Amino acid sequence: MEFYRSHVLICGGTGCHSSGSADVMSAFKTELEKNKLENEVKLVQTGCFGLCAVGPVVIVYPEGAFYSGIKAEDVPRIVSEHLLKGRIVTDLLYHDSVQEDKAVKSLDQVEFYRKQKRIALRNCGVINPEKIEEYIAFDGYKALGKVLTEMTPEETIAVIKASGLRGRGGAGFPTGLKWEFTAKAKGDKKYVCCNADEGDPGAFMDRSVLEGDPHSVLEAMAIAGYAVGADQGYIYVRAEYPIAVKRLTIAIEQARELGLLGKNIFGTDFCFDIELRLGAGAFVCGEETALMASIEGKRGEPRPRPPFPAVKGVFGKPTLLNNVETYANIPQIILNGPEWFQSIGTEKSKGTKVFALGGKINNTGLVEVPMGTTLREIIYEIGGGIPNGKKFKAAQTGGPSGGCIPAEHLDTPIDYDSLTKIGSMMGSGGLIVMDEDNCMVDIARFFLDFTVDESCGKCPPCRIGTKRMLEILDRITKGQGQEGDIEKLEQLGMSIKSSALCGLGQTAPNPVLSTIRYFRDEYEAHIRDKKCPAGVCQALLQIMIQADLCRGCGLCTKVCPVGAISGERKSAHTIDQSKCIKCGACLEKCPFKAIVKG
Amino acid sequence: MKSLKELEEIKQKTLDSVNLRKDRSGGTRVVVGMATCGIAAGARPVLLAFLEEVKKRNLGDVTVSQTGCIGVCRLEPMVEVYRPGEEKVTYVKMTADKVKRVVAEHIVNGRPVTEFTIGAAE
Ligand SMILES: Cc1cc2nc3c(=O)[nH]c(=O)nc-3n(C[C@H](O)[C@H](O)[C@H](O)COP(=O)(O)O)c2cc1C
Ligand code: SF4
Ligand code: SF4
Ligand code: FES
Ligand code: FES
Repeated sequence: MEFYRSHVLICGGTGCHSSGSADVMSAFKTELEKNKLENEVKLVQTGCFGLCAVGPVVIVYPEGAFYSGIKAEDVPRIVSEHLLKGRIVTDLLYHDSVQEDKAVKSLDQVEFYRKQKRIALRNCGVINPEKIEEYIAFDGYKALGKVLTEMTPEETIAVIKASGLRGRGGAGFPTGLKWEFTAKAKGDKKYVCCNADEGDPGAFMDRSVLEGDPHSVLEAMAIAGYAVGADQGYIYVRAEYPIAVKRLTIAIEQARELGLLGKNIFGTDFCFDIELRLGAGAFVCGEETALMASIEGKRGEPRPRPPFPAVKGVFGKPTLLNNVETYANIPQIILNGPEWFQSIGTEKSKGTKVFALGGKINNTGLVEVPMGTTLREIIYEIGGGIPNGKKFKAAQTGGPSGGCIPAEHLDTPIDYDSLTKIGSMMGSGGLIVMDEDNCMVDIARFFLDFTVDESCGKCPPCRIGTKRMLEILDRITKGQGQEGDIEKLEQLGMSIKSSALCGLGQTAPNPVLSTIRYFRDEYEAHIRDKKCPAGVCQALLQIMIQADLCRGCGLCTKVCPVGAISGERKSAHTIDQSKCIKCGACLEKCPFKAIVKG
Repeated sequence: MKSLKELEEIKQKTLDSVNLRKDRSGGTRVVVGMATCGIAAGARPVLLAFLEEVKKRNLGDVTVSQTGCIGVCRLEPMVEVYRPGEEKVTYVKMTADKVKRVVAEHIVNGRPVTEFTIGAAE
């Protein structure tokens, strides 16, 4: 038997990879050999632990010591102190994992993990994703075995239906129903596809699952294949995810070697294989009909539905399409039963959801929480709050299709329906936090700019309508907004929503509409007072001298490159706004802090 | 893959090598004191002997870890053994040979080797 007294888990996710985890890995290798520990201590490269912000992350078992921000230079100390002498190097630990009395908290007591529940991410950061045996050791492929040898396809679908699982790719369609439609569709050949396009800016949930636990997706797709009667699967993954593509490729090979993909799986008649299709990274290719066209080698453009993919999908055959995270839940549901899954979450949204936390938040990273967790818990407890003591302004969910949620809704339990009700949506799980320094008009402009760029141009409401909206927003942020602009945005938005061909166009106005709904006063300030309250829109900034603080020292007049400041010595100075170019030079110069921006 | 049994075999074979990363409040814990004096007193050979025995006997649910100072330098190398639901047993002045008996009698069969314990030494 192989026995190591200690395991060193080094994150090999994209986040930690870019902060240097490969160097840390090789430093550990060298140091272990130097200290002759290589037969006692095992090095494991894993997927993302979730706390990417403090990467590279290293966890040492059996103690569960959570080291963060580890550089190659730190490794000799960890090896000689912790691994050789058993003394945890406290000053290198993640700050929240050390208690006041210097004792080390167990991982599940760290604030970041305490409120999380990991189903889709259960193996991420636990197993080596490039070893199928490790996945199997954590009950991997057992659900597939169970389904193939003990259950009929109908029973399998019934379990998924009863679990209440809904699609994690954005729309939240009941997964079991989708499986049933595809199973019932007539066709000599059927396909099972996985949507790993993840085009939402700032989202990396699916990437992390694929990097950290690729087999969970393969296993689930095989289960789906059995349930709907398909023998071929495709994973559509974006080419910009090289680590995910590499791990998937290895995983598929290993599964084929063990006969978990291929012919007569588990000695039954069931045959199933999976191929990868690389996407070039257009946002619209994540839309289901565009994605299937792209798999067929055609241009990734949406087409009208019906017919739905369940009836007419890839190569005109009935096709099941689910998202990566949706699949990652499947094996656990089969193994633990639908009642278990039902018991987690809210009335209409069962289970958990993975969010990619970003923006003005201390713990940027990946979190998985039960449906019904409030935004406040995610942002303040798990996310560690907003940096520099700034005030929360809004949270953006659902990316370019979603909306902004203001402080008054911080206590809303998050699920599909509650988010829609407050004018946003779950989307794929991007969660961007904004503080008082963010301008909501500018945010709306940012997302709309993205959709205008990504619109495939096939249908006029999306192609022309979103561009009109962007022009208006541009105008507003430049101080050229007019009375009636807000109403125009609302009208345009509503009409695009109801007439665009695909989800991209139908949801594109959401970021604008939701910010108008909650932050109308900010729009009005831009339009009427020509002011940007957050001080973001450069064109609207005014540099002013506060007369009561100005002592008339004249220092500012000397630094102003355009001679915009005038005034008598020892009396309050003023800035000629028509000359000021907003360079900010005077701001720093004033010894009495009399000059402000606003 | 022909059967669930075959899958289970792969699982069992790998389980021991990943077990460490699970919550293992259920298994036996061996803690070797490895502070400066402990290492000087020969704690490394003791630790290695434990690893050797555990490996030889396929004791998948045992963790062997180290700690810093246990507190009584003159009795080093010291080892603490925690079996679930039982009082901690502290062994003192351990050697690689003593380890063999502790593993065989205490860890496998549940009978502490009283003559090596701190109680006997004091
Ligand atoms: C413009 C657009 C982009 C989309 N991008 C993605 C994506 O990146 N990943 C994804 O899983 N679903 C995406 N979707 C949703 C898919 O069309 C589809 O609903 C989903 O993959 C179905 O899987 P699910 O039921 O498991 O959620 C997108 C939809 C639209 C309209
Ligand atoms: S809504 Fe936009 S992205 Fe969708 S089909 Fe129309 S033009 Fe293309
Ligand atoms: S911001 Fe620049 S241009 Fe404007 S008044 Fe100050 S120094 Fe002059
Ligand atoms: S990539 Fe390492 S913690 Fe996320
Ligand atoms: S240093 Fe060994 S018991 Fe204290």
